[in-house]
Amino acid sequence: MFLRIAIKSLLNRKGSVIMSLLAISVAIFVLLGIEHIRQQARDSFASTVSGVDLVVGAKTGSLNLLLYSVFRVGAPTDNISWEAYKEIAEGKDVAWAIPLSLGDSHNGYRVLGTTPDYFQHFSFGNKRILEFVEGEAFEGVFDVVLGAEVARTLGYSLGDEITLAHGTVSTSFSLHENSPFTVVGILSPTGTPVDQTVHVQLQGIEAMHAGSESGFGGPAMYNQGQLEVDEIEPKSITAFMLGLKSRMVTFRLQREINGYSAEPLMAILPGVALSELWQMVGVFESVLRLISMLVLVAAVLGLGAVLLASVRERSHEIHLLRVLGAPSYYLFLLMELEALLICLAGMILGTACLYLCIVALGDALFSNFGLHLDAGVLTQDGVVILLFVLAAALTAAAVPSIRVYSQAKAYNSQ
Amino acid sequence: MMIELNGVSVTQPNAPELSILDIENWSVDYRQTVFVHGPSGSGKSTLLNLVSGLLECREGSISVLGERLDQMSRRRRDRFRANHIGYVFQRFNLVSYLNAIENIELARSFSERGDRKTSADTIRPLLESLNVASREWLKPISQLSMGQQQRVAIARALVNRPELLVADEPTSSLDQDNRDTFLSVLMSIIEEHKMTLLFVSHDMGLAGHFTQVQALNDINRVV
Repeated sequence: MFLRIAIKSLLNRKGSVIMSLLAISVAIFVLLGIEHIRQQARDSFASTVSGVDLVVGAKTGSLNLLLYSVFRVGAPTDNISWEAYKEIAEGKDVAWAIPLSLGDSHNGYRVLGTTPDYFQHFSFGNKRILEFVEGEAFEGVFDVVLGAEVARTLGYSLGDEITLAHGTVSTSFSLHENSPFTVVGILSPTGTPVDQTVHVQLQGIEAMHAGSESGFGGPAMYNQGQLEVDEIEPKSITAFMLGLKSRMVTFRLQREINGYSAEPLMAILPGVALSELWQMVGVFESVLRLISMLVLVAAVLGLGAVLLASVRERSHEIHLLRVLGAPSYYLFLLMELEALLICLAGMILGTACLYLCIVALGDALFSNFGLHLDAGVLTQDGVVILLFVLAAALTAAAVPSIRVYSQAKAYNSQ
Repeated sequence: MMIELNGVSVTQPNAPELSILDIENWSVDYRQTVFVHGPSGSGKSTLLNLVSGLLECREGSISVLGERLDQMSRRRRDRFRANHIGYVFQRFNLVSYLNAIENIELARSFSERGDRKTSADTIRPLLESLNVASREWLKPISQLSMGQQQRVAIARALVNRPELLVADEPTSSLDQDNRDTFLSVLMSIIEEHKMTLLFVSHDMGLAGHFTQVQALNDINRVV
């Protein structure tokens, strides 16, 4: 009966109740959404690279090196010579090394020049190795392996011939028309920038640049099919990743590389650089959180105001319930129950909207920002947030509830 | 005695020197129908609030059905009222957003007594005996006429089979025809259930229906 009164009473005041319900659901949407995206962004960044002990590039900020080498964000400051790479990669502590050469693009997707080792040693998430949906790793100079999203968006399949451009803009004029590449492999989705990357051999990049650097743009120095990987020696690369035989030597090797005399090099630990990134992003996150908190406070205050306004028009009802034998606290609880119902309905609506939005916009977010959002909105943190909102709503509703309670009690003395 | 007041005095809550009610001795026997009249502001509603235990009695003693209301806690008085006293006012007897059946069930939910029969068994015969047509039962109260509302209010007041029915100007918002119907239905129900009725009004024209007529000014020593 108690619940029925509360529901009927709310239905009786549909207009204001729906308004405050919507306010609550907007607050829930913002609060959960921000928390969810924040969490997912961290997870997705943290899972982009794993098992890599050191990333080495030309001297720059450690964050910058991490961003351009691993996340393909921003531009490298300088290249490093092939000789330096060779020397360090062949050191006795190094288990494996993956060279990275960036700077080219295909239809807006970054082209990464590397070696077949990339597919063996590079891992993401919880030490997951890259897997092929179709085909296999490249062997020839003009072989291309596509990330999952590149293949899907551009509609490429095995055997297709594609052209790579210099520079990273899709409308770049300096198309390397003479060096068509052939798709030999397509990777399975990873939820990391790998999905948006076009992978070729280091020699492939050298080959297409050699063609244009000749100045004629005419018949390329290298012709497809006639070229063996061994015949070309890359001159420089952008950065490289190192896996070490023992974690113990990481810092020593890092110091050695930072002090490399032949050219200015820099080595970073991906984990350390990531935590630097979080420190920077942390301030921004706090501001977002604060804003969503304020949205919540506004919504909850609105709920309190709506209930408070209803107290006056319900004075007959309060008196009647008292006469029927309802104790004063019954009226207090009735008010709180109404707040609880509005709040719960708002939560369900807000969470459902967020879920639908993520499902609907997930693809767009992924292709534009490389952010892979899991639709599971109700994480443990999410539930904590909801409980917090519930507590806030009940606290705000305490004002009208106490008003009703004291009004109910006043009948005893008048 | 059904109701017994001794040396009861009530003052205004915010002005303790101003008395509203001061009754030395007054009692109502079982199965009486008592008509209390007096001009408005003479303390009629205060008397009813005292008898129903809504208002705390700070001076003197008041007992209903032989139980001392002035010695009960507030919570016990609430329960006592739900169990033993039915109440009908002039207006606003019902929760406007509930229908007739729900209003009656609401009253039942506060009482600990009464038959544990299903609501249909208790409520339907009650509404039928009060001439409330069954098509009105599930309509929101706001769609019922004033006369229908007052009859549903009696059903609500009677559902817990109270020994005492308290009525505070229940006919004032009714026209002549409805007033007569209301009174005759009320009286036959009181007779049928062997209840005591305490009826307050300023309308002396109703006095003829009652077994005991009492001018409030005769027992209230406040001038």
